[in-house]
Amino acid sequence: MTTAANALRAAAANRILIKDGPYGTEIQALGLNARDYAGDIPSNHDQKGNNDLLNLTRPDAIAGICNAYIAAGADLLATNTFNANRISQADYGMEDRVREINLAAARIIRQCVDAAIAADGKPRWVAGALGPTNKTLSLSPRVSDPGYREVTFDGVKDVYREQIDALLDGGVDFILIETVFDTLNAKAAAFAAAEAADARGHEVPVMLSMTLTDLSGRNLSGQTVEAFWHSIAHVKPVAVGLNCSFGATELRPHVQALAKVADTLILTYPNAGLPNDLGAYDEQPETTAGFIRGWADEGLVNIVGGCCGSTPAHIAAMARQVASLPPRTIPHPEPALRLSGLEAHRFAA
Amino acid sequence: MTTASFINIGERTNVTGSAAFKKLILNGDYTAAVEVARQQVENGAQIIDVNMDEGLLDSEAAMVTFLNLIAAEPDIARVPVMVDSSKWTVIEAGLKCLAGKGIVNSISMKEGEAIFLEQARKCLRYGAAVVVMAFDEQGQADTAARKVEICERAYKLLTGIDFPSEDIIFDPNIFAVATGIEEHNNYGVDFIEATREIRKRCPHAHISGGVSNLSFSFRGNEPVRRAMHSVFLYHAIQAGMDMGIVNAGQLDVYDAIDPELRELCEDVVLNRRPDSTDRLLAVADKFKGGPARAADPAAEEWRSWPVARRLEHALVKGVDAFVEADTEEARQSVVRPIEVIEGPLMAGMNVVGDLFGAGKMFLPQVVKSARVMKKAVACLLPYIEAEKEVGSSSKGRIIMATVKGDVHDIGKNIVGVVLQCNNFEVIDLGVMVPAQTILDAAVREKADMIGLSGLITPSLDEMVHVASEMQRAGMTMPLLIGGATTSRVHTALRIAPAYEGPVVHVLDASRAVGVAGTLVSDTLKDALVAETAAEYEKIRIQRAGSGQSALVPLEQARANGYAPDFAAHPPVKPNFTGTMTIDDVAVEMLIPYIDWTPFFRAWELHGNYPAILTDAVVGESASSLFADAQAMLKQIVAEQWLHPKGVISIWPVRREGDDVMIFADEGRSKPIARLPFLRQQIAKRDGRANMCLADFIHPDADWLGGFAVQAGEGIDAQLARFKAGNDDYNDILLKALADRLAEAFAEYLHERVRREIWGHEVGNRMSNEDLIRERYTGIRPAPGYPACPEHSLKRHLFDLMGVEARAGITLTDSFAMWPTAAVSGFYFAHPESAYFGVARIGEDQLLDYAARLGVSRERATQLLRPNLD
Repeated sequence: MTTAANALRAAAANRILIKDGPYGTEIQALGLNARDYAGDIPSNHDQKGNNDLLNLTRPDAIAGICNAYIAAGADLLATNTFNANRISQADYGMEDRVREINLAAARIIRQCVDAAIAADGKPRWVAGALGPTNKTLSLSPRVSDPGYREVTFDGVKDVYREQIDALLDGGVDFILIETVFDTLNAKAAAFAAAEAADARGHEVPVMLSMTLTDLSGRNLSGQTVEAFWHSIAHVKPVAVGLNCSFGATELRPHVQALAKVADTLILTYPNAGLPNDLGAYDEQPETTAGFIRGWADEGLVNIVGGCCGSTPAHIAAMARQVASLPPRTIPHPEPALRLSGLEAHRFAA
Repeated sequence: MTTASFINIGERTNVTGSAAFKKLILNGDYTAAVEVARQQVENGAQIIDVNMDEGLLDSEAAMVTFLNLIAAEPDIARVPVMVDSSKWTVIEAGLKCLAGKGIVNSISMKEGEAIFLEQARKCLRYGAAVVVMAFDEQGQADTAARKVEICERAYKLLTGIDFPSEDIIFDPNIFAVATGIEEHNNYGVDFIEATREIRKRCPHAHISGGVSNLSFSFRGNEPVRRAMHSVFLYHAIQAGMDMGIVNAGQLDVYDAIDPELRELCEDVVLNRRPDSTDRLLAVADKFKGGPARAADPAAEEWRSWPVARRLEHALVKGVDAFVEADTEEARQSVVRPIEVIEGPLMAGMNVVGDLFGAGKMFLPQVVKSARVMKKAVACLLPYIEAEKEVGSSSKGRIIMATVKGDVHDIGKNIVGVVLQCNNFEVIDLGVMVPAQTILDAAVREKADMIGLSGLITPSLDEMVHVASEMQRAGMTMPLLIGGATTSRVHTALRIAPAYEGPVVHVLDASRAVGVAGTLVSDTLKDALVAETAAEYEKIRIQRAGSGQSALVPLEQARANGYAPDFAAHPPVKPNFTGTMTIDDVAVEMLIPYIDWTPFFRAWELHGNYPAILTDAVVGESASSLFADAQAMLKQIVAEQWLHPKGVISIWPVRREGDDVMIFADEGRSKPIARLPFLRQQIAKRDGRANMCLADFIHPDADWLGGFAVQAGEGIDAQLARFKAGNDDYNDILLKALADRLAEAFAEYLHERVRREIWGHEVGNRMSNEDLIRERYTGIRPAPGYPACPEHSLKRHLFDLMGVEARAGITLTDSFAMWPTAAVSGFYFAHPESAYFGVARIGEDQLLDYAARLGVSRERATQLLRPNLD
């Protein structure tokens, strides 16, 4: 394990760590226009909404959001790179800027974090964020042809590899494969991280976070939380968890399920409740933090943070609520043959 | 027998093992190929093995296409996949399609350690477990010593690169035996011995194998092959084999194999004598005719019919294999999805309803039809909901519930299914439903009627309670009463007077449709209600008059008690006293003890087993049901669905009046409980005693036994699965089988108690028929049954034996046992002890019993209600 992973584990043994909140809804709040997004980068597409491009065109805005999360008490700071991959950037005609974007994104957060560490000596870490892309390896987009796939495993793996290399070159400590709606996409990302590690001659520690698409607790490709864990446990992630999906209330039973089986740190960052009729999140910081505190009281979590709708105020409230509570103890399950399809299967060893 | 859990790997999606599957793949018929996978999972495969190694195929492309297709089928994709190929490129192509964690089958040291480790590292990176063949640079291991040596070497190499030991599965090679070549004779033994040793030397690793290789020399003779496989597995599993590529639907239960065939197979598999192959060959043909399952040549013809006719056919025949596709096809041909229900599906169900009504179709088939209907409706529901259409043209809406305190629901579920088949909308509230919940649901859902069900006698009171609550709430809707202990008489005397609305007792499922249909009919309802009310009034008048036989005073009944000949048959001192947990019983041991007649009765098929199978009227239906039951029993055994558990006690006792006093010591100085029994009070003809169970106990020193057994642990997981699949047929089938297994357990255990644990029975063992006819010494009456009809004794029995902790059975407030597949009771050993019915008792015994039980008169009245008046 790398120094960063060991240091994070050591810190997580003593207290519940805080992850930052989202970039998407924070950037939205800045009310940027198309020109702000594009800067002086030539393009044939409207870049409004290409949040990842802001790493190049408005690094000040991204650093501002990161610093707000640091001030709120976040220990783990993610890069603003959810869509900074070749597949997603193709929608904006920016696929050739992917390396540049990720490199810049990693450097911005690295600088903010290093400055904060220099100021108060408190350890903090940078997670390079990998989104799910907008293509899925497990499902066919054609109703009449269920065997068809729009992308291949090797194709998706290569896309992730480009992003991972750039993020690592930019100085991230971890690769965070987040909002996993298709486990096979996540496996391709983890495979790419392992190949990057081979190429570099040192380990690349990974974190994974699944997102659920319905209240019964399955992701888009149909896997349960436990099946997801069985599918990715071979990666030996530093942390595994759930993000986005719904609010903390709805997410809780699934966090419980995962916390029971995963022999690694649990990382969860739910949305600030469910969106209202207008698609906006109006759950108050103390409310979200209250739910998170409930999780902590139950001993379910090691790292908590926020997803859609959370603000630095939400993160600060969470940090306050869990400061005095002990982190979850990592379980040591009996050795067993753990397999999965859409459901988890466990056979005694 | 205790075995580790055994994992069935489905083998039919393998082009090297299944000619049928190979043909489908070569013809590019992937739709049918996917169906093969679905059947595998439905038949209980916990993992499916996929192999596309065929010279004429682009194996990589076929593997990818097939895996992508089954990924889109949630009921297949729920289980893990075993990617099977002798070519690494095919395996890797397969791994790139698996979202889940599967198994690679296989890698080996055939080409040396370097390639072996490289492939193992890849498996680790893709996240897959791995089958390691016992194969090295020298070749495939045949002897036990070579198998062990290779596997141990592979284990050390793998754990050396941090491959998790629990993800290693060894395949030590199952080779064909009885080939006529002497060197092959010991292959079965080699595998079994190697298995035992590998499990010892390689902690957490698993053992698997392709079982069908073993019997290769008997191909064409399925009964012999099946017997060989079952015998082999029986021994290999005991040695530690915990996984196998087998056709789960085609294994015989070890104990159920013809004893002659079993012994000959055992000789071959275990290489017990030099002439074993010849001896098996000599008789093999005799068994060849066995229960072959030839496909009906006309069977597939219906698939070419128009979709509406196909749906009707599927409903009438209960075939659910194609219903989803057919429903989808039908949906695309209509404007509104509801038209599929109102059109072809209802037409099919009407045929089913007519055939059932005419006695040409029987419950098991109706329930299968309902399964098809439910699956079809489940396909359509999302579309119907998307259209925001509420309800359809249902005949009426019925709230159904098993009342509070009772957990039995087989009958209720059957009635629900039959009503649904006949286009009623059934809202099933489940079991243990409190009165208020039933009333609330009826109001909320604007129900047309309520149906109550119950099996145990206390439920009768609860039904009265529900009726009076309905009265209090000012309801007017009809109330239907059903369930094994309910009766027309009880309904007339107790329930109908409590509620002014219509109350109708429904004898069985086949009557439910007629009654419910009449009650929702504007023209017919009033006549039925008036007719029923008049009939019940008549019953009440009869009862109030001289209809009942006279009772004698309790003292007189006691004086006429039964006096066993204790001089000729003194109490037999048991070999064991105290309490013993029984946890060494496997389902397969119970199968021979099953009494099948009540099983058929649960499905409303009347007649005695085995004659019922050839009955002119219901024979076909009964045989088909019996075949399904046998297949499910095999699955229950092979996949360990149920875990029987029990407890027995034998206590020093003595009789005190109508009570049995239980003591902690043989000196009978430390009493621990008093068990009050009830005495018949009906006036007897000369020479007939007024019986009481206590009569069979010696007043000075004797012994009494108690027992509680269950076969329901583990059932919930399977039932949940059936429920999720809208599969009422298998749901009811499993519950009915579990009930039978619990009864069989009680029978088995009673024999063991009589012959060993207590030891009061000597002489030859009895045949199963004699057991069923209760031709043995001693009885095992159960609280709640005629000889001791008062249910609260169960509470005492449970406390005395610690049943909750030892056997995992709990009691509801009304003393129903949970899980429902459970039996409890007492053991009386005296050879003259016999079953009888207490029947009606008098006020004097009510007061006397209340005092002996230590409860108030009101409570005693409540407990004894079925025996009063």
